[in-house]
Amino acid sequence: MTDAAPLAIETRGLDLWYGDFQALYGVDVRVRAGIITSLIGPSGCGKTTLLRCFNRINERYPNVRTGGVIRVLGEDIYDPSVSLIELRKAVGMVFQRPNPLPISVYENVVFGLRVHTPRGELKRAALDEAVEKALTEVGLWKDLKDRLHDRATTLQLEQQQKLCIARLLPLKPDIILMDEPCSALDVEGTRAIEELMFELRGRYTIVIVTHNMAQARRASDECVFLLLGKLIEHSRTADLFLSPKEARTAEYIEGRYG
Amino acid sequence: MSAAPPAVPTRFVRTAHVARKERAEGVARFLFFLMAAAMVVPLCAILGYLLWKAAPALHLGFLLDVPKKGMTEGGIWPAFVGTLYLVGMSLAVSAPVGVLAAVYLNEYSRDNAFTRAINLAVINLAGVPSIVHALFGLGAFVYAAKFGYSILSASLTLAIMTLPVIIASTREALASVPHSFREACWNVGASRWQTIQAVVLPNSISGILTGLILQVSRAAGETAPIMFTGAVFYKAVQRGDLFPYRLDEQCMALSMHLYTVATQVPNVQEAIPYATAVVLLGSVLLVNATAVTLRVWLRGRKRW
Ligand SMILES: Nc1ncnc2c1ncn2[C@@H]1O[C@H](COP(=O)(O)OP(=O)(O)O)[C@@H](O)[C@H]1O
Ligand SMILES: [Mg+2]
Repeated sequence: MTDAAPLAIETRGLDLWYGDFQALYGVDVRVRAGIITSLIGPSGCGKTTLLRCFNRINERYPNVRTGGVIRVLGEDIYDPSVSLIELRKAVGMVFQRPNPLPISVYENVVFGLRVHTPRGELKRAALDEAVEKALTEVGLWKDLKDRLHDRATTLQLEQQQKLCIARLLPLKPDIILMDEPCSALDVEGTRAIEELMFELRGRYTIVIVTHNMAQARRASDECVFLLLGKLIEHSRTADLFLSPKEARTAEYIEGRYG
Repeated sequence: MSAAPPAVPTRFVRTAHVARKERAEGVARFLFFLMAAAMVVPLCAILGYLLWKAAPALHLGFLLDVPKKGMTEGGIWPAFVGTLYLVGMSLAVSAPVGVLAAVYLNEYSRDNAFTRAINLAVINLAGVPSIVHALFGLGAFVYAAKFGYSILSASLTLAIMTLPVIIASTREALASVPHSFREACWNVGASRWQTIQAVVLPNSISGILTGLILQVSRAAGETAPIMFTGAVFYKAVQRGDLFPYRLDEQCMALSMHLYTVATQVPNVQEAIPYATAVVLLGSVLLVNATAVTLRVWLRGRKRW
């Protein structure tokens, strides 16, 4: 028995505690590969927490405990033989505030390659090519090809956020996680990032957290609604907004709370 | 259901490069741990050696007694009380001046030539060797201000020496109070002074006190500044007398006494210099431990 599309991420009974506080309750979510899935829900419902489970970055916080199963690309990521380094290479993350490193644009893009490749095997030509390819993919190449050696922190916020996405691409990730990637951007920047997501759609599985419902509606194929750490509803975006199955979902998208 | 997962993961396996990275990580972690652990070794060695050598002289009588037979026997009471006087007096001057100056610099001053000059002065003063402070104290307090060789001169010299560090550590404590707290105050119309009283000081007090107390131990240990300005080799005092000195008199002090019995006086009982060191070190550690306890306690009450 197989689904129409393969699953990129699947969780079963995922619980997560910050100390004594339980932030996720038995979440079963199945994210299909190659599409854009948005996580919506009121502030504090656990969107960021769930997203951060997918590449095990939550573990960096003290006293976080998780229970349940998380499969990424079919593998149980808590299997002892799983290498965190390889996992994070395959599952990239973009943050709320653009966080380019305070080095040149060029070095930001090849940073991941440098980290993941033995020093002797890095060829200048290969790096140059990777930079051009990644920046072209996010639509920055034309603007930045003469400024590759400028400091990345001097770029506009929108360009910085695109650069943060470009930084993931040379590693050929399968999944890109975005945590409210537009909340620091203006209208133009938001539109640019949304367009970029459509560009990347198909080649990458994208999971985006947003508390902007209009954005979820515009920019995602499927929608997951979380409330107080529980998954309430997961369906195609159009269905979720037009004919929600759950009363709580309907109330949320009507703006009764949140 | 998706296809049954393969029994052996094939996606996120360790490549040779990853394995190398993980080994390097292990080595780095171990080395860093080793360095951190190496810190503890000298401390334990010093303490152990001192205690072992000092054991024969370590009893309450040694602390309360006065030196006898040309300082070759007896206790260290005059030096102990002298150090208390010097440190207490210097702190009484440097704490208020330093804390208030830091409050001004951190809360009121704008970034202009004047404050930058003050900052530069503070940083540079903090780096001046204590022997230079000693000389300054001699010129300024003993001669120019005509305080003579006295507790007053010596503690003022210690105060000048500790002040820049107190200013720096207090500023750091003040700066660690989130700016949003101040904004919350200003936005209900509180004046700067009210803001400082209501949120800035209460939330930085643990940092300020820690900085002050660390300077107590520094002042207690310095020899040069007091040797030039007010400490003396020997002074006759009653056993256990808490108020043996007047402020315009010279006094004995632990750091100086240690130097004296270790190098200047022949035929001192072997344990006496070590026991003096133990008392000095013990007092300093006690003061530091108080600082730590206070800090932990105050931080426990802090809710952010
Ligand atoms: N590091 C943390 N330590 C303790 N509690 C946390 C931490 N991060 C998040 N939480 C709590 O977990 C819940 C979910 O947080 P989060 O995932 O950030 O929500 P969202 O992104 O949906 O706004 C919130 O109640 C939050 O207070
Ligand atoms: Mg969030």
